[in-house]
Amino acid sequence: MVALPLSALIVRAPWSSLPHDLHQREAATALRLSLETSLGALAVSALLGVPLAWVLARRRFPGRAAVRALVMLPMVLPPVVGGIALLYAFGRRGVAGRVLFALTGWRLVFNTSGAILAEAFVAMPFLVVTAEAAFRSMDRRTEEAAATLGAGPGYRFRRVTLPAVAPALAAGAALGWARALGEFGATITFAGNFPGTTQTTPLLIYLDIESGHDGTALALSLLLLAVSLAVLVGLRDRWLGSP
Amino acid sequence: MSVQARIDLTLGSLHLDVDLHVEDTAVVAVVGPNGAGKTTLVRAVAGLAPIDRGRIVIDGVVVEDPSAGIRFAPEGRGIGVVFQEPRLFPNLSAQENVAFGLRARGTPKAAARAVAAHWLDQVGLADCEARRPAALSGGQAQRVALARALATEPAVLLLDEPLAAVDASARAELRHVLRLELRRYPGARLVVTHDPIEAAALADRVVVIEGGRIVQEGPLVEVTARPRSPWIASMLGLNLLSGVARNTTVRLANGAAVAIGSAAEGPTFVAIRPNAVSVHRERPGGSARNVWPGEAAELHLVGDRARIRITGPVPLIAEVTAAAVAELHLADGGPVWASVKATEIETYPE
Repeated sequence: MVALPLSALIVRAPWSSLPHDLHQREAATALRLSLETSLGALAVSALLGVPLAWVLARRRFPGRAAVRALVMLPMVLPPVVGGIALLYAFGRRGVAGRVLFALTGWRLVFNTSGAILAEAFVAMPFLVVTAEAAFRSMDRRTEEAAATLGAGPGYRFRRVTLPAVAPALAAGAALGWARALGEFGATITFAGNFPGTTQTTPLLIYLDIESGHDGTALALSLLLLAVSLAVLVGLRDRWLGSP
Repeated sequence: MSVQARIDLTLGSLHLDVDLHVEDTAVVAVVGPNGAGKTTLVRAVAGLAPIDRGRIVIDGVVVEDPSAGIRFAPEGRGIGVVFQEPRLFPNLSAQENVAFGLRARGTPKAAARAVAAHWLDQVGLADCEARRPAALSGGQAQRVALARALATEPAVLLLDEPLAAVDASARAELRHVLRLELRRYPGARLVVTHDPIEAAALADRVVVIEGGRIVQEGPLVEVTARPRSPWIASMLGLNLLSGVARNTTVRLANGAAVAIGSAAEGPTFVAIRPNAVSVHRERPGGSARNVWPGEAAELHLVGDRARIRITGPVPLIAEVTAAAVAELHLADGGPVWASVKATEIETYPE
């Protein structure tokens, strides 16, 4: 079920025209935008997700289980529903979007920051879940030792906790980034499909297939497949056992 | 520099209730059996385990007093801790580990490294400064941990079973380094151990904790000569009984009588060295005034001597020669007689 479609993709790929297809202006633009937005989404996820994961792993507070469930929801939520939810929250008439626009004149919807937000929405849970597990399972005894040596919470976190969870954070970041790179539903719903500002690679692939430009669609699909495989190979020690 | 710690805290089944003073004039060892609350005591002083009631004063500063709402975090207490395991930072070199405390206090990198190099040299590891903890042996890692704690020059140095996790071959050398550093360190020094021999090697004063309470404290020589708890006595290889003395007889709780050499009155400890106990198969005659029936239970060989546990109205450990074990067939167990001369028995008030 997995192998067949993937092999079909490889067999049908227009190998000879591949470089040409990828050098199409539209394709190049979409690829660059994808790279920017996915890295932006990763940065947003890390900035919000790592502290959140730490709080979930280390602090007891009422409603912690509910917060954790909420954080994980985007992993199972249909992305298009996520997109609509973002629209109602951060859209021009959305609850937060209206306030934000009134205060700063800044819109999130239908522009590149909207695409980043949509991608972060679906990617962040991957980082949070991995980071929380790492914060929870790491050996806390070195943190205690650091405290007895005079290191305050911030210094301890930077010099002891973060290095200890770094491998897990990297794995979570790779997963989240891969997810952000492939984001389609939430992006097209919330950010729209504008070449150069919100038309990321998956959106362009869809558009190309719809309009009969199979060559470019296939070429881009192959590239995304290759990236996915690269992420898997990079994580193989963690997820597939040692080679 | 000193510590005054009045600690009352409950942690699971342990209820720790102690009043401990550590001055900078003597190295203090806290000894006691496993589960007595020794580690919890160190953690409480260090601020790693909050106390329920009491007051901890370090170097004149009240660092914890629940009734006054005072509770300093570990980083604000001016302490240094060596744990049972080295707890080194795996991503830092030995030198960076030792420099950690100074860096956390904002000491510039170069200065912190220079101090770290000095302390590594002090514990005999000048050639290991670039090594990561994974490349150090257990004994070396513990010496780095000691240097790391010393480098911040804490008012109080706390060592929690520093030798327990080190393998036997490295222990003697580590004990030597610990002894040296503890002797010359100018602050208050507290070392926790379950081994009275280790306490004897490292400390001048001994505090014995059992079941969360201090059962005895005093100079090392006094505690080893006159132990006041069965546990410390057994660790020192002494038989310890207690009863009520009247003139030259001590009556134990179970009614058995022990004849003693010099008269005493009131609740009394009775200490009997195992090699003062003679073991016989037949009831002995002779001059010994203490003759008790019993059963030969466990037998341990220690070199050419054997230690045998005798159950009965007066439970005792006796030390006999291997030849006596063979001659009396003590390995078979069975009924025996134990005898002790009254003049061989030491007594002191309970």
